[in-house]
Amino acid sequence: MSSGGRARSPYPYWFYLPAAVIYGLLFIIPTITAFYFSLTRWTIFDSQFIGFDNYVTFFREPALVSGLTHTLIYAAVTSAAKVVLGMLLAILLTSQIVGRGFLRSVVFFPVLVSTIGVGLTFTVLMNPEQGLINDALAVVGIDGPAWLTDPRYALLSVALVDVWKGVGLATVIYIAGIVSIPSEYFEAATVDGAGAWDSFRRIILPLARPATVTVILLSLIGGLRSFDLIWAMTRGGPGFTSDVIASVIYKQYQAGFYGLSTAGNVVLFLVVTAIVFPLSRLLNRKEVDL
Amino acid sequence: MRFRPLILLALTSLALSACSAGSLGSSDDEGGGKVALSFLVDNSEDTVRIGEQLAKDFTAANPDITVKVETRPQGTEGDNLIKTRLSTGDMTDVFEYNSGSLLQALAPQKNLVAVDDQPWAGQLDDNFKTTVSVGGKTYGAPWGGFIAGAVLYNRAIYAKLNLQIPTTWAAFMANNAKIKAAGIAPVIQTYQDTWTSQLFVLGDFHNVTAAEPDFAEKYTKNQAKYATSPAALKGFQHLQEVHDAGYLNKDFASAKFDDGLKKLAKGEGAHYPMLSSAISTIVANYPEQAKDVGLFAIPSDDAARNGLTVWSPAGVYIPASTEGAKLDAARKFLAFIASPAGCASTGTASTPVGPYAVKGCALPADVTQVAKDSQPYLDRDGGSSLALEFVSPIKGPALEQITVEVGSGIRKAADGAALYDKDVQKQAQQLGLEGW
Repeated sequence: MSSGGRARSPYPYWFYLPAAVIYGLLFIIPTITAFYFSLTRWTIFDSQFIGFDNYVTFFREPALVSGLTHTLIYAAVTSAAKVVLGMLLAILLTSQIVGRGFLRSVVFFPVLVSTIGVGLTFTVLMNPEQGLINDALAVVGIDGPAWLTDPRYALLSVALVDVWKGVGLATVIYIAGIVSIPSEYFEAATVDGAGAWDSFRRIILPLARPATVTVILLSLIGGLRSFDLIWAMTRGGPGFTSDVIASVIYKQYQAGFYGLSTAGNVVLFLVVTAIVFPLSRLLNRKEVDL
Repeated sequence: MRFRPLILLALTSLALSACSAGSLGSSDDEGGGKVALSFLVDNSEDTVRIGEQLAKDFTAANPDITVKVETRPQGTEGDNLIKTRLSTGDMTDVFEYNSGSLLQALAPQKNLVAVDDQPWAGQLDDNFKTTVSVGGKTYGAPWGGFIAGAVLYNRAIYAKLNLQIPTTWAAFMANNAKIKAAGIAPVIQTYQDTWTSQLFVLGDFHNVTAAEPDFAEKYTKNQAKYATSPAALKGFQHLQEVHDAGYLNKDFASAKFDDGLKKLAKGEGAHYPMLSSAISTIVANYPEQAKDVGLFAIPSDDAARNGLTVWSPAGVYIPASTEGAKLDAARKFLAFIASPAGCASTGTASTPVGPYAVKGCALPADVTQVAKDSQPYLDRDGGSSLALEFVSPIKGPALEQITVEVGSGIRKAADGAALYDKDVQKQAQQLGLEGW
């Protein structure tokens, strides 16, 4: 029993035990073993310690470099699109329009649908020969691209679907942000002769900043570790042209390169931390400065 | 001291979870001296049909033993499942799985029951036997017959355009030019099912080994590479050539395996590089057109050395976790599968495409055109070879993505071959082979 300067906890130690056991068993032990196994070459039957060889192999992996680039592009594109579209939709849905409540729920529906279901549905819709999207474009005389099978567009097509599916959440966050802006500001601005653009530029944009920070962080983290939608739609294909880090890791695991894929997960963890942690500090500090 | 209960708790919960997983997988003995075997097969239409038929015919002959067929996913997901269940001692009593390099990855010495002491082991075809043997011991009974990796072609188109079967690549490309001029897609590719993209490379192995007889051995020892062996590189180059010449069906990137079979059967495409076993699906779905589909080996540079690449049948294995009365019953089941009665049972469930791997099993008289076209290659001395995955333990897992890239013009052939060599290196290291 410690008798240091710290205030005594009101709870006896055994009170912490259930949570501590769960935490240790499900989080601490697997994390430590993951770090250890990333330094071994293991099959399900045995393992052999090989130092940092897995990391060396992983960084030499040609798919990794392209996977990393694709991940960053995907995260940046989806995140930016969700900020812009989410903001615009939120402004629309906070205005005095008919059926506002209904429209708000409609924009949120895709968030509730299973990602795999959305992925499979859009795979059918985006089929270049028989898909509904290209059929519709043909009616107005546009020769639609091969969305998912053209290496130039595959990644962006998936990003597009991701935005459709995720923009509802961004919109809801923005709606909350905009609604919480006191109406006095708008009234004062109107008295001073500000137009619609001015109140957007000078009031909504700065005062909805916490919402923007949340949306950017959430969608960036989601984009960096995105996997399910990409796997359902293209499996990283055609070839490796829409592979992201998570799908590269998954394929290593499927192939039985368990050590290598564990090393990949450690790398992914570090990359996400390295991008999101400073970004979150930066964005939050600016908020204080404002 | 404080942590002891924690460790105890951890161990107990581990033990508990192991128990419950174990009791989920195995089926219980039935009363009255009856034994129930569980039998895991992959979930393809054809495999399930064969599995059910074998179970039915075996129980008819052995009323005391019932066999319950369970299914698993195909491809790498299925590989993972098998490895996990074997390592946790949770495998079904009998299971079907690939022979050759994939079997090696299961560590059979540790996880499977050897069958050398069984009377039928001597009846196995020697080629098949080597693909289910590891470290001098044999582990499996054959699942059906040998399969060829070749070009399936539409005979009606060949008759109409008056074309000859090509044995050289130049003749093949000349045929393609004529077929294209007639407004038909010369080569069908279906890259949406990525595994179908590998045939120009894997099916070319007879031609590789005919030109470089020691390729497989050197390849296993890290002395020969796809990128640097001129014969081995050919497969990748062919894949690129048919794309660059514009000989592929227009929707090659989005088409699936079933689309490919349909195009071939209906004459919308002339050639489909594919496994000969695909014919059983054509027979089932397009019975009228099945006789129009024939087969020739993937053409090579040298007509004299052209021949067929052959895939060994998958095997049926007994895991080490099967014991007692179940082990005896499982042995009986394998003996049935590796007998003429077992071959006949397989043949009723699925159209046979190649010779059986058991001595004394004959193909039925009314075989398909594909089986007829394969036979001359198999009869001729030096007319056929086993595919690389049966003579070397290494097969890189990313080949199908690489062949899709080369075959769709995203990556050049030489670059693709070099990338595959790197993929192979990872697999060899994972298997712990010498010299890598």
